[in-house]
Amino acid sequence: MILVVVEYANGKVSKSTYEMAGCARQLGREGPVTALVLGSGVAAIASEVALVFDQVLVADHADLAQYDAEVWAAAVAQIAREGEANTVLIGGSRSGREYSPRVAVKLDAPLLEDAISVVDANGTLTAERYTYLARVTEKVEADAPVVVVTIKQGAFTAAMPGNQVAEQFDVDLNLPQRRVQITGKATEKSSRIALTEADIVVSGGRGVGSAEGFATLVEGLADQLGAAVGATRAIVDAGWRPYQEQVGQTGKTVQPKAYIAIGISGAVQHLSGMSKSKCIVAINKDADAPIFKISDYGIVGDVNQIVPAMIAELQK
Amino acid sequence: MRILTLVRQVLDAEESVRIRDGEVDLNGSKLVVDTMDEYGVEQALRVRESGVEAEVIALAVGPERNQDALRTVLAMGADRAIHVMTELMLDPIFLSQVVAQVAQNENVELIFCGGQQADWDSHALGAATAERLQWPQITWTNGLEVHGQTLTGKHDAEDGSETFSVELPAVITTQQGLNEPRYPTVPNIMKAKKKELRVETLEQFHIGPKLKFLSAEVQAKTRLHKILDGKDAPAAAAELVRLLRHEARVIA
Ligand SMILES: Cc1cc2nc3c(=O)[nH]c(=O)nc-3n(C[C@H](O)[C@H](O)[C@H](O)COP(=O)(O)OP(=O)(O)OC[C@H]3O[C@@H](n4cnc5c(N)ncnc54)[C@H](O)[C@@H]3O)c2cc1C
Repeated sequence: MILVVVEYANGKVSKSTYEMAGCARQLGREGPVTALVLGSGVAAIASEVALVFDQVLVADHADLAQYDAEVWAAAVAQIAREGEANTVLIGGSRSGREYSPRVAVKLDAPLLEDAISVVDANGTLTAERYTYLARVTEKVEADAPVVVVTIKQGAFTAAMPGNQVAEQFDVDLNLPQRRVQITGKATEKSSRIALTEADIVVSGGRGVGSAEGFATLVEGLADQLGAAVGATRAIVDAGWRPYQEQVGQTGKTVQPKAYIAIGISGAVQHLSGMSKSKCIVAINKDADAPIFKISDYGIVGDVNQIVPAMIAELQK
Repeated sequence: MRILTLVRQVLDAEESVRIRDGEVDLNGSKLVVDTMDEYGVEQALRVRESGVEAEVIALAVGPERNQDALRTVLAMGADRAIHVMTELMLDPIFLSQVVAQVAQNENVELIFCGGQQADWDSHALGAATAERLQWPQITWTNGLEVHGQTLTGKHDAEDGSETFSVELPAVITTQQGLNEPRYPTVPNIMKAKKKELRVETLEQFHIGPKLKFLSAEVQAKTRLHKILDGKDAPAAAAELVRLLRHEARVIA
């Protein structure tokens, strides 16, 4: 079987789950495309994914209420072994990329990490992935009875829910003891659309001047466009914005239809998180800023004048 | 306590990437210690300097030129270094076997490695190493303290930051924000030349690669570069909105 570990957040199935289903279908390897739902109180998630997969395995346990790399890896490896999976698909989220190497080691399997394409030729999987801060596309091959794959968000066409409802099965797991104690959590709830799921992202850098500048300019424009907001590391470090909004090497990778960069210089570490966006728009007062080199559209000017003028234009 | 810090030698982020014969060509380019790994080296030194009895061992796996990276780290203050020599390209699952074996041979209790490789953009090495050793791991760590056998600190998770506590032995993957890595001083660079740098060969480890590298290419998307002059802000803004609506069709 092809095993897909379902990703969800705040009670909603993530786009990446449908993308993994799409990837699994397009791969066309032997066996049912199987969803594995891990968590506590996940009945609704399981029913939702039943419209996309051939079968759904559900592990609904109180011990799975909180993610843990060792627990997740043990669960996924056990199910992969029991179901004789030939492929294990895991999302390219931060946690997916954290526990997937453990699954690969447990199964003595190769890991195709952060794939943007995967094809099967006579049982050998070939994947493409971005390397060198997303400047290079590399092709790698894995030839093994079982292969673990994590997929890059936004790279695969999502499978659409059909009208067939897959059967659900409860599974029993032998879970290890948690060794990492999470003693506190600082999450900022945002009413906006998630950064990695948005069609339009408006991001701000040091050029917005201050936290207040970000609110008026970046959030102001995002409100007009129904967009998600992003930030550079520079302003996250300065405490103007929460880390969840950071785009780049050490933040999120996004690939929206439009990425609008406001007062962002375009350091390679930032570009690695957004350079694959379909259309890139930059506003910067420095005509030589590197961000313009990868932009489709842009304005050389002061963000304090240009952005309010754009907001006014959109309100017309 | 023995601390192992992984050191990878990578292309300087400011250098452009060149491809030759389907592979990234590093000849003649500026190579540096992966910044992400430097945070680990610095943190290991800080643990030792905080009064914990510790020996800091740096490990690099790769071609001979990696010894430059190890000398840099010895000059930062690592006590000794191990270089596992190979010309092979190593995928992280493969590499983790080397790291885990070295950790066992050296009786290491704490391993630091960078959260994401600057060349292969991989996150896998720390977790794969931890799994081989049956140790817990903390990824994307940006705050760390050692109290006896307990590590506490702060790291980034899916949707925000978390504080944690874990017992040694453990693998910690590091990132920006953890510390400010020090620069080697000239006297320390001189001293580093006399420190132990032991060379081993990959053959000693009896392991094989998991992946085959087929090709690499630079695929830059062509961009339109329609950059407007913003001196007349309302006019430029109106034109940009028009282009995004009617030409690019990305906004309503
Ligand atoms: C290991 C490592 C990891 C990193 N990871 C990330 C990451 O994930 N994400 C990330 O973003 N960075 C990351 N960085 C940091 C990165 O190198 C840059 O420092 C950062 O992206 C710069 O942010 P910035 O563009 O906001 O600031 P700056 O580089 O200071 O640029 C500000 C820009 O605003 C423009 N400007 C100023 N005032 C105005 C105005 N009034 N109107 C118009 N334009 C104006 C300036 O011309 C300038 O181009 C990382 C660095 C390292 C070493």
